[in-house]
Parts: sequence; structure tokens; C-alpha cells
Amino acid sequence: MFKQASRLLSRSVAAASSKSVTTRAFSTELPSTLDSTFVEAWKKVAPNMDPPQTPSAFMKPRPSTPSSIPTKLTVNFVLPYTSELTGKEVDMVIIPASTGQMGVLPGHVPTIAELKPGIMSVHEGTDVKKYFLSSGFAFLHANSVADIIAVEAVPLDHIDPSQVQKGLAEFQQKLASATTDLEKAEAQIGVEVHSAINAALSG
Amino acid sequence: MASNAAVPFWRAAGMTYITYSNICANLVRNCLKEPFKAESINREKVHFSLSKWSDGKPQKPVLRSDTPQV
Repeated sequence: MFKQASRLLSRSVAAASSKSVTTRAFSTELPSTLDSTFVEAWKKVAPNMDPPQTPSAFMKPRPSTPSSIPTKLTVNFVLPYTSELTGKEVDMVIIPASTGQMGVLPGHVPTIAELKPGIMSVHEGTDVKKYFLSSGFAFLHANSVADIIAVEAVPLDHIDPSQVQKGLAEFQQKLASATTDLEKAEAQIGVEVHSAINAALSG
Repeated sequence: MASNAAVPFWRAAGMTYITYSNICANLVRNCLKEPFKAESINREKVHFSLSKWSDGKPQKPVLRSDTPQV
């Protein structure tokens, strides 16, 4: 059955390419993602039209996973207004995932992690750089590339501890006096973020 | 196929992730030391004009801006 399909397809390829110079890349030239029974049925109904392609036919192939675990992790750390780290090779990063602090080493299992407000530390040899992230996501790929995106990331010494204490007290008070669900949620977010900054400054 | 993951409290209260993320970012910006705080607030200023269209014609534009109009 599969032999039939390729014969039918190659026949139409020859026919199509003789008609026009600018033929689209045929599905057989790209990683074949089409079901052969579908293609055969299509050919019976519409022999002059190319079978429709699926989105995966247009996607670039995934970066290959190296057979041996690389020694370094490549980190891309971006914010909406700047690219903090681009392709930096490091030994380890510790990210504040919503399930807790997660250590990422080269060869980490591919993961998408939602980040909570907390500290991210980048370890390169004995050099450790810490940032406080407001929230974001971390995409860990099979080829030991980590893409970390956050909305705000500040080095710890840019934070004013007195402002944090004031904010914490203010939101705790708002939480106690909140009425609607939305107000409660906003106050809760305030308490969580300020407690996280407090913990970060003292930890 | 129901998901068993608990819904985060902000989503249960009707907030989207983007709203949550922006609120967190604003709170962090408010806790910065002086020169960095002013820079970040300056960076986040927006200025845009919005006009709804009806009958193929733009209606009166609405201006939303963080920069004081001179």
C-alpha cells in the first residue's frame, strides 16, 4: 500500500513540475507527516491538486540532541526590554519554579517551568550571579539550552528593604480588609511578592 | 479528560496570567532603590491614542498617556 502511495505521488510530482517551474516543496521532500491512506484518497478525488500539508511540514526540524551530555548549559535570559544573557555557557542555574527552587544542569530533562517571584542564580565556576525575578517561564530543551523569560529581573542590591517592609505591611492590611474576590487576589499577590523579596534579601 | 491540577488563586478570582505577571512586575519595580526605580518607571511609560471606527469613519480619539501633556 505504501509503495502505491509513493508511485502515485511521484507521478503527480513529475506532472506538476512539468507544468510550472515554481512548484512548492512537495510533502515527500520534507519529513513526511502525511498519512498515506489520506494521500491516496486525495489523489483519487483531486489528482491535479497537491495534498494539503500539515503545520509540521513547515516547521524547522528540532535542534538535534547531542548523544553525550554537554559539559555546559547554554542560557538565554531575556526580559521585555533587554536581553540579559544571550547564549552564555554556564555550569548551572537555579530557577524559582512554582514547584520550588529547581537546579538545572546540562542534560536536564526537557521541561517547561512556570516561575514564581524568587531568586534565580547563575553559576559559572565559582562566580554566582543572583537576580530577583518577578515571574516568568523557563524552557529547558533537550540540547542543554535554557530559555528563561521574565517580566522584571533585578539584582538583589537594587532593592530597597524599607520599601519592601512597607509594601508587605500594606498588602497584609489590604488582605485583611478585602471584600471582593479580585481585591483578595490582588492583596494576596502583594503579600506573596513582598514575602518572596524579604526572603530573598535575608536568605 | 479533566485536569486535576489545582487552579491558582488568581485564576479562580477571574484574573488572567498576564494581569498577574504585570502586577508582580509592578510590585517589584516599586521596591527598587532610587535611581533604578525612576529608570524603570520611565521605561514602562505608555502613550497611545485609540479611536473606534463606525460607518467607515474614525470617531473621536481617546488618548491614554503617562507623560504629562504640555
